[in-house]
Amino acid sequence: MSTRHFGQPIKRNEDPRLLTGRALFTDDVQMAGMLHVAFLRSDLAHARIREIDLGGVQERPGVAAVYTADDLGDFWQPGPLLVPPPPVEQIEFHQRTQVPLAKEKVRHAGEAIVMVVAESRYIAEDALDDIYVDYEPLDAVVDLEAALADDAPLVHDDLERNVSASVVQSKGNWAQAEAEADTVIRRRLLYDRGTAAAMENRGIVASWDEKSQQLTIWDTTQAPIAIRNGLAAMLGLSEHQVRVIAPFIGGGFGPKIMMFYPEEVLLAWAALQLGRPLKWIEDREENFYATTQERGQVHDAAIALKRDGTVLGVKDAFLHDAGAYAPYGLTVPISSQCTILGPYVIPNYHSEFVSVFTNKPIVTPYRGAGRQHGVFVIERLLDIAAREMSLDTMEVRRRNFIRPDQFPYANEIIFQDFTSLVYDSGNYEPALDRALELIGYEAFTREEQPRREAAGERVGIAVVNYVEGTGIGPYEGARVNVTASGKVSVATGVGTQGQGHFTSFAQIVADQVGAAIEDVHVVTGDTDLFYWGAGTFASRGAVVAGNAMHAAAAKVRAKILKLAGDRLEAAEEDLELVDGQVRVKGVPETSISLGELALEANPMRGGVKPGTEPGLEATEYFGPERGATASGVHAIILKVDPETFLLEIEKYVVVHDCGTVINPLILDGQIQGGVAQGIGNAFYEQLHFDENGALRNASLMDYLLPTATDVPNIVSDHVVTPSPLNPLGVKGAGEAGAIPVGALFAQALDNAFRDIGLEVREIPLSPNRLFELVSEAVAEGAR
Amino acid sequence: MKPAVFDYHAPRTVDEALGLLAQYGGDAKPLAGGQSLVPTMNFRLAQPAALVDLNGIDELFYLRQGEGGLRCGAMTRQRSVENSTLAQRLSPLLHEAMPHIAHTQIRNRGTIGGSLAHADPAAELPALALALDARFYVRSLTDGRWIAARDYYTGLFTTAMQPEEMLVEAVFPALPAGSGWAFDEVARQHGNYALCGAAAIITQGEDGLVKNAKLVFLSVGEGPVEAFQAANMLVGERPTPEAVRAAADTAATQEIDPVGDIHAGPAFRRHLARVVAQRVLTRAAARASAEVSV
Ligand SMILES: Cc1cc2nc3c(=O)[nH]c(=O)nc-3n(C[C@H](O)[C@H](O)[C@H](O)COP(=O)(O)OP(=O)(O)OC[C@H]3O[C@@H](n4cnc5c(N)ncnc54)[C@H](O)[C@@H]3O)c2cc1C
Repeated sequence: MSTRHFGQPIKRNEDPRLLTGRALFTDDVQMAGMLHVAFLRSDLAHARIREIDLGGVQERPGVAAVYTADDLGDFWQPGPLLVPPPPVEQIEFHQRTQVPLAKEKVRHAGEAIVMVVAESRYIAEDALDDIYVDYEPLDAVVDLEAALADDAPLVHDDLERNVSASVVQSKGNWAQAEAEADTVIRRRLLYDRGTAAAMENRGIVASWDEKSQQLTIWDTTQAPIAIRNGLAAMLGLSEHQVRVIAPFIGGGFGPKIMMFYPEEVLLAWAALQLGRPLKWIEDREENFYATTQERGQVHDAAIALKRDGTVLGVKDAFLHDAGAYAPYGLTVPISSQCTILGPYVIPNYHSEFVSVFTNKPIVTPYRGAGRQHGVFVIERLLDIAAREMSLDTMEVRRRNFIRPDQFPYANEIIFQDFTSLVYDSGNYEPALDRALELIGYEAFTREEQPRREAAGERVGIAVVNYVEGTGIGPYEGARVNVTASGKVSVATGVGTQGQGHFTSFAQIVADQVGAAIEDVHVVTGDTDLFYWGAGTFASRGAVVAGNAMHAAAAKVRAKILKLAGDRLEAAEEDLELVDGQVRVKGVPETSISLGELALEANPMRGGVKPGTEPGLEATEYFGPERGATASGVHAIILKVDPETFLLEIEKYVVVHDCGTVINPLILDGQIQGGVAQGIGNAFYEQLHFDENGALRNASLMDYLLPTATDVPNIVSDHVVTPSPLNPLGVKGAGEAGAIPVGALFAQALDNAFRDIGLEVREIPLSPNRLFELVSEAVAEGAR
Repeated sequence: MKPAVFDYHAPRTVDEALGLLAQYGGDAKPLAGGQSLVPTMNFRLAQPAALVDLNGIDELFYLRQGEGGLRCGAMTRQRSVENSTLAQRLSPLLHEAMPHIAHTQIRNRGTIGGSLAHADPAAELPALALALDARFYVRSLTDGRWIAARDYYTGLFTTAMQPEEMLVEAVFPALPAGSGWAFDEVARQHGNYALCGAAAIITQGEDGLVKNAKLVFLSVGEGPVEAFQAANMLVGERPTPEAVRAAADTAATQEIDPVGDIHAGPAFRRHLARVVAQRVLTRAAARASAEVSV
């Protein structure tokens, strides 16, 4: 191979289209006769629906149809359980999933009650004002602890308690660890909700073609194949009659995979009923209620250590806010449970959680998917323990790192992919060393910080570690086809929401078939172009689909070499694939182009030999035995205005290990974006629900996203520990940027206010909350 | 998030606009930059029967020196004031505060009149108008009258204007000789509405004693809040750091009664009021001293 694409910082193939507005997004789909949909959503978080008075809405000019739950007949069904409960011994699980339109009762503000179809979205929204819902308001379940009280109102009346699930997992013997410890630290740690706030909200266009008997759906989904399969089954169609296209999507981050959003099933169903194309585009206000959210957890955690800082064990019990329904099973809390173990040897671990139903929007994974909480818990415990034991916090971490010779490292509990949690590979200390070097830890703590503090400034430093379970199964597939034009068509089932798949997958394929990167055309997320797959989630695209690409491309390479060998009368070992040509090594004039070969592989006359397939095409699948474990270190220097409690990030370092790197430019972009979301989560973004479950800040005016001026340029570097679990040696990187930021801010703020003994035990923070915490710490110190 | 149905009119003169407002009997709203009005309509919090678009009325776009100081047509964009050397010379406090309003893109559309009329308690312009003793010319189809800023703001998002009236001009008087000024605010992010902000003016005599002082807060009450007591504490005194601190303290503890919201509780708002008051009074005093010593 002359030019190797794999590993190169190649600019993204898709960006010219994206940046010049020539990429197709769902709202760009326009069809003749298309109708528009709006939903009447509940104002109340918890109420019985006494009556729905449609108030003559059907007669409003321009209204085509109005549906309530009763109009759906047998089609009205709770959604499927996307992820069943994991094979854990001690488990209680109650399946309650979302419904297409609320019947009898609403369980969270924003739950859809009536669907209106009209000639325009304007008319549809006018029509909503005609409808009156007579509610009997019920007390709302908001607080996680109160939700479990004996007299708590019930989100689901047929359950005895608001328990969605409870799980106990342990390894070793915590009680013994506790007994043998020199120090045991116990803390309550809180992590509250936010929303992914993707730039593009959700949207669906559904069109039924009576003549071809085909249903086509454009959907901002991360899992088009599963949507196709589910819709076909629900609508009584064959899978070939349903085509789901996930076009360009302005950010997914997890919430765009939630089978099934009510709107997804309703638009498909109504398109068949009405025989006209339908469009629904979620607006920003709806997004705050109708798209899933993440992150409410309350942890009671303890860590047991020896005098020298060696960890003997961790015990943690937490409550997890599932929201009103739990279609995604236990993915988020199981991830939290597993991530607490971090990059450390924790011989004894006892963890139990209760997932709680509340009258709040549904919780499903959002970038990090519960890992934030795990990192926050273990890193906070280590920080606090180090301080209480007067040990160096970095030294405590070093002492407990899993050593390189301990891999594969078995944690003896079940992970979110239902396999036993085993880290495939890792090398943690060099990453920590590099991060300390890049942030300038020594110089800062010895010289700069004391000098600046003497001048009245408040500056803190922090360094935290994390691991990220990535690249889980079950499988993905890819088809690679070298065509007669010389271009290479590549298709896979995963959807793309900005990850750069059109480039990174092309890099993998280009190297195998010897084509230029621009000549490799990747299609993702069109069920007519690739039939099988699971979806884009859990930092798995590069690992699972990437390795499928690699396998398919390798097979095509073999076909190319075989055919070219025959044609050029040369041994395969003597051939090389360069610049879209197959050449005899050392005799460059003896060559044939890929396009010509493709034509030969698909002849119009003569016979294709028995046992040979036509074309230069191959389809391959890859399913890893279990997930690959990425890891990393984030470091920060954070300045706090001691009067206003506004923060300034002076320096931010990420040293990351996601195994072999396909494209460092794309990787840095993923990390930069993840850190931005992490910063939002740590200091800006918080959903404020009042005691009635009403969301007080359902707009971007009051829900603060970090802006360009709040997010620093990140200094990043990589340690490469290939995964032994896949041929490319890659690990996922999609979530790494976002996961440890809360823990990092907490450590940095503690450090900046160490003279008053500040101990941050919650995320998200805000200037107001920091003011309160500092005031409390000062008052406590004075006592 | 689509507005309810409304009529739309694009008059070319103030008289025409006032005629339309009268015709709808208070159910129409003037459309200035639309930066506050349009979002409220999209949320359907406002459902006016008609919009009377002022953007085509040339006679409302001006910024000039005239009787009484800096005269500003209602439709003058916030960005025009920010970029105006005339404004900088005649009303440096107003000029200094402009970049704190939202983002550049919003100031390109947002108008002086729109913000003054909207009377958002977190907005900068009402507080500045109060600090500067601005006067507003308000017209209806049949009448015209001047209203002083201190009489104009009557409560949360409410003014002394009637629905059929329109703000036509705002006049910002020049500061007397020996005056220093300052504006500052604390916002969670650049361009956001302030958690707390304040404008200060200090006028010093030749003797270095404060002849006159003004301190006005935003975001701590139902409208702009003037701290009279704090200002009076400084009059006749030298504006030493101690005097300024005492005044800021009085303003924050006795002259405001902030309510909490999701971004800042009452205690934090009070704390910020003290911080911001101290910052603006200190800067205004330093500028006044510099003026006097020239
Ligand atoms: C993201 C964002 C951030 C913002 N941040 C800030 C900020 O930090 N500080 C701040 O002060 N503002 C902020 N704003 C508001 C912005 O400054 C607006 O420009 C201003 O509040 C209203 O001015 P406008 O010209 O857009 O008025 P419009 O929105 O057109 O009108 C506002 C109201 O005033 C009425 N009105 C307009 N003109 C007249 C008139 N001549 N006579 C009578 N009534 C009239 C309208 O009928 C309407 O009720 C922000 C806006 C946005 C979108």
